[in-house]
Amino acid sequence: MKKGEAKLSKTVKVVVMGSAFLIILYQLFPAKTVEVINISGDYGLEMLAILPAVLFLMALVDVWVPPEYIKKYLGKNTGIKGIILAVILGTLPTGPMYVAFPIAAELLKKGAGLKNIIIFLGVWASLKIPQIGIEIQFLGLKFAFLRFIFTLVSVVFIGIIIDYLLKNKARGGEKYVWGEESQQG
Amino acid sequence: MIAPGRVIKGEKGLEMTVLIVNAITLLLLIFSFRKDKGRTKKVFKMAIKKGLMLLPLLLIIIIIIGVMLVFIPREFIQRYLGGEITLFQMVFVLIAGAIAMIPGIIALPLAGSLVDSGASYVPVAAFITTLTMVGFVTIPVEIQQLGKKITVLRNLLAFVFAVIISLLMGVFM
Repeated sequence: MKKGEAKLSKTVKVVVMGSAFLIILYQLFPAKTVEVINISGDYGLEMLAILPAVLFLMALVDVWVPPEYIKKYLGKNTGIKGIILAVILGTLPTGPMYVAFPIAAELLKKGAGLKNIIIFLGVWASLKIPQIGIEIQFLGLKFAFLRFIFTLVSVVFIGIIIDYLLKNKARGGEKYVWGEESQQG
Repeated sequence: MIAPGRVIKGEKGLEMTVLIVNAITLLLLIFSFRKDKGRTKKVFKMAIKKGLMLLPLLLIIIIIIGVMLVFIPREFIQRYLGGEITLFQMVFVLIAGAIAMIPGIIALPLAGSLVDSGASYVPVAAFITTLTMVGFVTIPVEIQQLGKKITVLRNLLAFVFAVIISLLMGVFM
C-alpha cells in the first residue's frame, strides 16, 4: 500500500499548501478571500454530491465488464450491429485511453473492422456514461445532451472517413497491414 | 456571498441528476454485493483508490475555481471566452484542450465555472471536445499500438470535428 500512502501524503501537501495560500490571500484581501472560500465550498459540495457515485459506477463497470468481454463482442460484429455495439461498449468502460489502444490494436490484428474500432476509440475517449452525470450537473442537461449527439455523429463520421481513406490506399497498391509499423518501432 | 453574476446551481433539474446517479449506483452496488461479495470488495477498493488519486488535483481545481470567479473580473472572461467567437479564441481553446491532460471528472466542473463567469458555450465545448478526443500526450502510445497512419488521421479528424461540434453547440444552445 505504499502507492496509496504516497497519494495520501500528496493530498496532505496540497491541503497544507492550499491553506497557506488562502491564509496569505486573506491577509491581502480579507473580504474577497471569504468569497473564494464560499464559492470553492459550493463547488466542492456539488462535486461531493456526485463524484463518489461516479467513481463507484466506474469501478463497478471495470470489475463486471472485463476487457475480454469487450474483445469478444467487438471483434465479431460488423455492419450497423457492429457500430451500435462499438458505441455501447465504448460508453461503458472507464479506463484511460492507453487501456483502449492495446484492445483496439489486438482486435485489428485479429481482423475486426477498422471503422468499428475507430468508433469504439472515439466513444471511449469522450462519451463515458458516468461522466455525463457530472456534465449534466455542471453544464446543464441541454449542453450534455447536444454534445453527446454531435460527438456521437462526429465519431461515426471519423470512423467512416478513416476506413475509406485507408482501404482506398490499400487498394491503390500500397498494402497496409495493421500493426506493421508498431512492430518496426 | 456569491460572486456577481454567478448562476446559482442546484435547481430542481440538477438536483435530480445527483439523486438519479446516486440511486442507480446504490442499486447496482446492492445487486453486485448480492451476486459476488469478493468482486464488490474489489469495486470498493478501486473506487476509493481512484478517489484518493484524484483528491489532490480536485482540491487544487476547487481553489482555482474559487480564486478565478472572485479575482478575475467577469468582463475579462467575457471578453476572451464570451461574446463573439474569434479565430484566436478558437485556436487557443482547441490547442489547450488537445495538450491538457485533465481527467474529465475534473475538467467538467472547471468548464462549468467558466460558463458561470461569462464564457460562451462554443469555446467551452471546443475545449472539452479536444480535451477528450485529441491526445497529444498519448500520441506516442497510440502510434506504437495502432501505427502512424491511424493515429495521425484520428487526431487530425478529431480536431476538425471539434470545430464543427462546438460551432453546432453555439447554434443550438
